[in-house]
Amino acid sequence: MSARERVAGGTASFIDERTGAAKWMKKTLTKVFPDHWSFMLGEIVMYSFVILLLSGTFLTFWFDPSMREVEYEGSYEPLNGIKMSAAYASALHISFDVRGGLLMRQIHHWAALIFMAAMVVHMMRVFFTGAFRKPRELNWIIGVALLTLGIVEGFLGYSLPDDLLSGTGIRIAEAIIQAIPVVGSYLSYFIFGGAFPGEMFIQRIYAVHILLIPGIMLALITAHLMLVWYQKHTQYPGPGRTEKNVVGYPLMPVYMAKAGGFFFIVFGVTAFLGAVAQINPIWIYGPYNPGQIGAGSQPDWYMGWLDGLVRAAPPIETHAFGITISWNILIPGLIIPGIIFTLMAFYPFIEQWMTGDKREHHVLDRPRNNPNRTAIGAMSLTFTLVSLINGGNDLLATHFDLSINQIMWFSRIGLIVLPPIAFVITKRICLSLQRADREKVLHGRETGRLVMLPHGEFIEVHEPLSPEKAYVLTAHEQLPALEIGEADENGVANPQGFKGKLRARMSKASQEQISKPTPKEMLELEDGHH
Amino acid sequence: MSETNRELEPLSDPGLPEHVHRKTDVDPLAAKKAERQVSILFTLSALGTILFVYAYVWIPEDTLIFLPLFNVTNAHQLFLGLGLAMALFFIGMGAVHWAKTLMPDHEVVDYRKEQRSKDEDRAAFVATVKDGAAQAGLGRRPLIKRSLGLALGLVGISPILLLRDLGPLPENDLNETNWKAGTRLVTDPGDRPIRPSDLEVGGVAQVQPEFPAGKVRHLDDIAQDSVLLIRIRPEEFNLDAERLSWTYEGIIAFSKICSHMGCAVALYEQTTKHLLCPCHQSTFDVTRAAKVIFGPAARPLPQLAITVDNEGYLVAKAPFNEAVGPSFWGRDSQ
Repeated sequence: MSARERVAGGTASFIDERTGAAKWMKKTLTKVFPDHWSFMLGEIVMYSFVILLLSGTFLTFWFDPSMREVEYEGSYEPLNGIKMSAAYASALHISFDVRGGLLMRQIHHWAALIFMAAMVVHMMRVFFTGAFRKPRELNWIIGVALLTLGIVEGFLGYSLPDDLLSGTGIRIAEAIIQAIPVVGSYLSYFIFGGAFPGEMFIQRIYAVHILLIPGIMLALITAHLMLVWYQKHTQYPGPGRTEKNVVGYPLMPVYMAKAGGFFFIVFGVTAFLGAVAQINPIWIYGPYNPGQIGAGSQPDWYMGWLDGLVRAAPPIETHAFGITISWNILIPGLIIPGIIFTLMAFYPFIEQWMTGDKREHHVLDRPRNNPNRTAIGAMSLTFTLVSLINGGNDLLATHFDLSINQIMWFSRIGLIVLPPIAFVITKRICLSLQRADREKVLHGRETGRLVMLPHGEFIEVHEPLSPEKAYVLTAHEQLPALEIGEADENGVANPQGFKGKLRARMSKASQEQISKPTPKEMLELEDGHH
Repeated sequence: MSETNRELEPLSDPGLPEHVHRKTDVDPLAAKKAERQVSILFTLSALGTILFVYAYVWIPEDTLIFLPLFNVTNAHQLFLGLGLAMALFFIGMGAVHWAKTLMPDHEVVDYRKEQRSKDEDRAAFVATVKDGAAQAGLGRRPLIKRSLGLALGLVGISPILLLRDLGPLPENDLNETNWKAGTRLVTDPGDRPIRPSDLEVGGVAQVQPEFPAGKVRHLDDIAQDSVLLIRIRPEEFNLDAERLSWTYEGIIAFSKICSHMGCAVALYEQTTKHLLCPCHQSTFDVTRAAKVIFGPAARPLPQLAITVDNEGYLVAKAPFNEAVGPSFWGRDSQ
């Protein structure tokens, strides 16, 4: 036995004798993970969270979360002698007088943007492949909670430096709080410790930003990963992959090296961005002053769609009996986001209700094979994208020499008209792709090779697919629509009434498919009846 | 998927494809080459750390260099970042390359079981819960049940009450500003009183109410009091008699705090006489008492009545007759 083996054996023995974990550890180290590039998206989210914790901790060593007024004396000449909050002054100190401070600030901000972007793309992957289906609905809901917390956490984070841009963002958040019926102005006075902006706000959101929300997120991420672990990862359809197995590589050593290595790659790329790509140059904005503003005030992108909705809102307020209800703030700022996030969280159950399919699923859908779901996803993304565009309408107007009024009207109409169009087009595309798959399985792949037959006719040569490829194209299941009759066989009207009719309609829409080749059609082909 | 369904499938599962060996599996030379590549990547990481240390210690913090694409940039910060990025990135690349070329790439099959527990386990679980509840005797002792309900219901009050001192009640605060009848308008910044002649036609100025000596102006005050003075030719006004009397020789005063969400309405377009809020693009027409002509704002900017005092300085004729800033529930907007 070599010295190295003795040390390894000794360590394993030390741990097992104190925890009895040998059996569990053996199982864990050989756990199988399927391999696919799209499974790395969730990893990027987790790694950027770790980067955020590391770089954020570094920033706390110098950041002073206080709105106490100080006079700036530091390396950045243009602001010398200017009165500002201690928070802003310390953010300047980090940027100019701490070596590596600006780098860390930029890494922190870039990591936050990557965190949110990777989270959104990861959720798109999970949605379009149906990975949220039973038994993974709880993990989907945890994901929606993490997305919501991420948006709030990011907003609070870029509000902390207390510069002119971030103060303007907080002013808008305050207006949304103040617009809440009945209790709005009370809530605002409690949160800000009095009139806006007050002197309490930065220290309060600091506690929430560095402790409360990250703590909750850490707990949710842990639960999320434990569920992934326990339920075993989903896999894409393919030869040898079934609902009953999971095919991939073992954790030790392949995944440890790949996943561990990938953490360093994500960190390296973030550090590169922090080094070369300037982000949030707070010294240009100046300290916050409610009587001033910078032109082109923009939130970070994950808030941009909300700001775009607020910009597109029609100017409606209700004035009656000495009270005011600001629909122009409530609808885009609270009601629509509330509806969107609620529908998103419950979507797995809504889909179960539509299809009546309550079985477990571990093999992923190819998006085309569930046209209705894919179309719903495209519809939602279109809505968000149009609002995001409207959130940057001022920049679009100045960069492309357009009229801001026209962009606003385009968005107002587009928000209502474009999502349904996206739904219809996406569904058609999915069905066409299904048709193409069917053709390929029955008649083979188009080779692009033209052959002239003896009697002069030209044909294109088709090449049969390999059994593996053909299997991937036909492995999906096509469920029939639910049968919910308007009346039963005795002529008694369906007791479920409207709900039943709605469900029947939704089920019919969600099961619209191009039927895949039947065994009979396949047999006929094999027999040469072309 | 049930087995019966599986029989109706057009194609049967061909099973896992045969394992294809990589070049590094069969050719020792290729494996040796991959080993060298991995070690080169790790060495690049080490060089990155050396670059980081060099930049930290030897590149002065205020060194500016010119780089194409980046223009003038701070060399200390740039090389610190590049060194760190290299050090991290190449560790990752090395590990991934190692895993892909030299670690086993045999796909392994593991089997799943349904999440749902066996029926007898579920029954046993339900029985345990019922048994436990019976042993606690909650059902048999209604007095305990009810008093516990009362205690649990009330205990939530303490933490909520503890939050009460987060801030004062708004009272009438949101309806009031520091503008009183006779308050002088002073420049912001500068705090100098203004005569009408100080403002040219077409000019704009930001003003605050004059504070008595010794009183400090806080951001809270600026958030409520900021006023924009705009001077146009008097005949360009399109106002009713009352609002016209609130102006002075073509000078009109509006709250600078947007009636939509409280941003500073700072963009004035001289040719059209429109005020634009950069946050959400609400546009107000100065000639018609800041009527909203575009965007999400639902109310005009409140107008401040102004005149001049005995010494010829601009003063407020009266306080604002409505609350400034964004709407709130108790705002009387009739």
